[in-house]
Amino acid sequence: MAYLDIKQLRKAYNETEILKGIDLEINDQEFVVFVGPSGCGKTTLLRSIAGLEEVTSGQIVLDSTDITQLPPAKRDLAMVFQSYALYPHMSVKENMSFALKLAGIEKAVIEKKVKETAEILELGPLLERKPKDLSGGQRQRVAIGRAIVRNPKVFLFDEPLSNLDAALRIQMRLELAKLHKELKTTMIYVTHDQVEAMTLADKVVLLNQGKIEQIGSPLDLYTKPANKFVAGFLGMPRMSFLDGKIVSSGTEGIQVQLAAGENVSLPTRETSLSTGTPVSLGVRPEHVSISDVANGHLQARLEVSEHLGSDTYYYVKTPTNESITIRSDNQNKVNDNEAVGLQLDLTQCHLFEKEGNRIY
Amino acid sequence: MGTSITMSNTNQHNASAASTKTPLPTPLKPRKSLGSFLVTPSVLILLVWMIVPLAMTIYFSLIRYNLLYPGDNELVWLENFEFFVTDDGFFAGISNTLILVGSVLVITVAMGVGISVLINSSFWGQGIVRVLLISPFFIMPTVSSLVWKNLIFHPVSGVLAAIWQFFGATPIDWFTTYPLLSIIIIVAWQWLPFAILLFVTALQSLDQEQQEAARLDGAGSWSIFYYLTLPHLARPIAVVVMIETIFLLSLFAEIFTTTGGGPGYETTNLAYLIYSQALLQFDVGMASAGGLIAVILANIAAFFLVRVIGKNLTDKP
Repeated sequence: MAYLDIKQLRKAYNETEILKGIDLEINDQEFVVFVGPSGCGKTTLLRSIAGLEEVTSGQIVLDSTDITQLPPAKRDLAMVFQSYALYPHMSVKENMSFALKLAGIEKAVIEKKVKETAEILELGPLLERKPKDLSGGQRQRVAIGRAIVRNPKVFLFDEPLSNLDAALRIQMRLELAKLHKELKTTMIYVTHDQVEAMTLADKVVLLNQGKIEQIGSPLDLYTKPANKFVAGFLGMPRMSFLDGKIVSSGTEGIQVQLAAGENVSLPTRETSLSTGTPVSLGVRPEHVSISDVANGHLQARLEVSEHLGSDTYYYVKTPTNESITIRSDNQNKVNDNEAVGLQLDLTQCHLFEKEGNRIY
Repeated sequence: MGTSITMSNTNQHNASAASTKTPLPTPLKPRKSLGSFLVTPSVLILLVWMIVPLAMTIYFSLIRYNLLYPGDNELVWLENFEFFVTDDGFFAGISNTLILVGSVLVITVAMGVGISVLINSSFWGQGIVRVLLISPFFIMPTVSSLVWKNLIFHPVSGVLAAIWQFFGATPIDWFTTYPLLSIIIIVAWQWLPFAILLFVTALQSLDQEQQEAARLDGAGSWSIFYYLTLPHLARPIAVVVMIETIFLLSLFAEIFTTTGGGPGYETTNLAYLIYSQALLQFDVGMASAGGLIAVILANIAAFFLVRVIGKNLTDKP
């Protein structure tokens, strides 16, 4: 069992507040991913949970024990570091058995545990090697093995894949997902890579400037972003935003006058927003398509197109100088600087207030 | 001067030979010979630099050559060596050299590691403490020895005497009671900064995440020191041992300014013994023989050091 409850956690260095009151519940066996831009406090939050950072105020409760003031070793957590942090003078086996040895566990028991773990991670033939004789992926596995051997309640991962090359990263990502299924323990994973967040997480915690912007399943965050920041952060290429203002709001939906084009009406419930309220219409690249100049919701001019083979990205500019990205799976050749019409999939669009909160 | 003239002669000779005899040389061959040709002057100078003194020392060691008895310097073969080795001071010189080098190494490495680990964490006044710790290394050995002799160890005017008197004890005359220990303390004080300098820089490259991982693994300060810090310092320790051995084998100024090798032979090391043969007894022949023996001993020491420590240095971390 591992149920982690974080209450009003604050962390400040001198005057600068890094974590501004984090409230978070993490359930047993959950794979939680902290994601956010660099400097958002996700690593600090993880290190606070691990006990490597002293918190300024707040509480961290693991299975109804308050661990806020406990030293790292007593918290029953194991961490995998970005640089792997393997002990360079010890063999793989010694690295993995270090914690158990310090805990004074019998040699035979240690031997057995290390062997079992090595089997899970396919490290058997490497046990006698030193870290310097291992490849990046193998080092990564040893670091994970060192955590598994301790049989902790919670696994903490601090950007574990960021030092690997692209191909290996995808492979290790899959292995981590498998490992989570096998071990059935709670895992907390910090990354700045949204693909890792989307693929691995049961629950994504999106942080920005020391605050949680949104918590939810990956698809929830993608399809129902709480605000403009979440909408803009998740998704590659990013969501495009168009300025506009509300023309009317009624039972049949909201009419929005776009600065760059004609009125669009969004099929949504009535809101209390008054006419003339400035809003921002968010649309993901896959929900825009190129049409004839006469047919579209708005007109734009193509700036650049990128052909990726499976997809093509078109970057266009509206007459009001707003950028829109379009993802298309057909290979239509559009010339640079050609005028195009844009068709928006209005059921998939989002509407944000000026302050950033989502209306629709 | 003589060498440079002959070299310039060969230069011209070679150049003219190359231009006339080989009409179209392959591009590789002349370049290779050109390379070795261009380094010749420096190699020659180095060789001369080394061979001339060595040859002269060997020559002096084989003749009777005492400045007090001028006359024909007849060839006596290995007699000088025999006299030097059977001299009363020889055994004392060797054992004192070994004790001195060994003790100073142990003190500087042990205290160096300890102090470096202590000052590695940040504290108020860290910069000043570091400068103070390094500064003994910048003081001339003669100066520091004199300071130790007259201001610290002196039985009448020394600081230690004052402390002893304050507690009602009889001040110790350090250089008569513990002559070798006193020298060891002075030399260790001089070389400790060198060890600290190397260890502190090495500690700064110790990976923070490794220490954090160890803390999560349940390691306390002592375990982190023993399992992470000490192995990390293995290489700088090897460097300190190597370099200090090289310099301490030829330790001289500290002994000369404080005890003058005495009392008796108690603080005479090999370097001082050779000095006293050459410039106190004016027996150049015997001093040269002693010098050659010292060279052989130093080479034996270097051989073992390189075998034991050199491997540690070339091994990649």
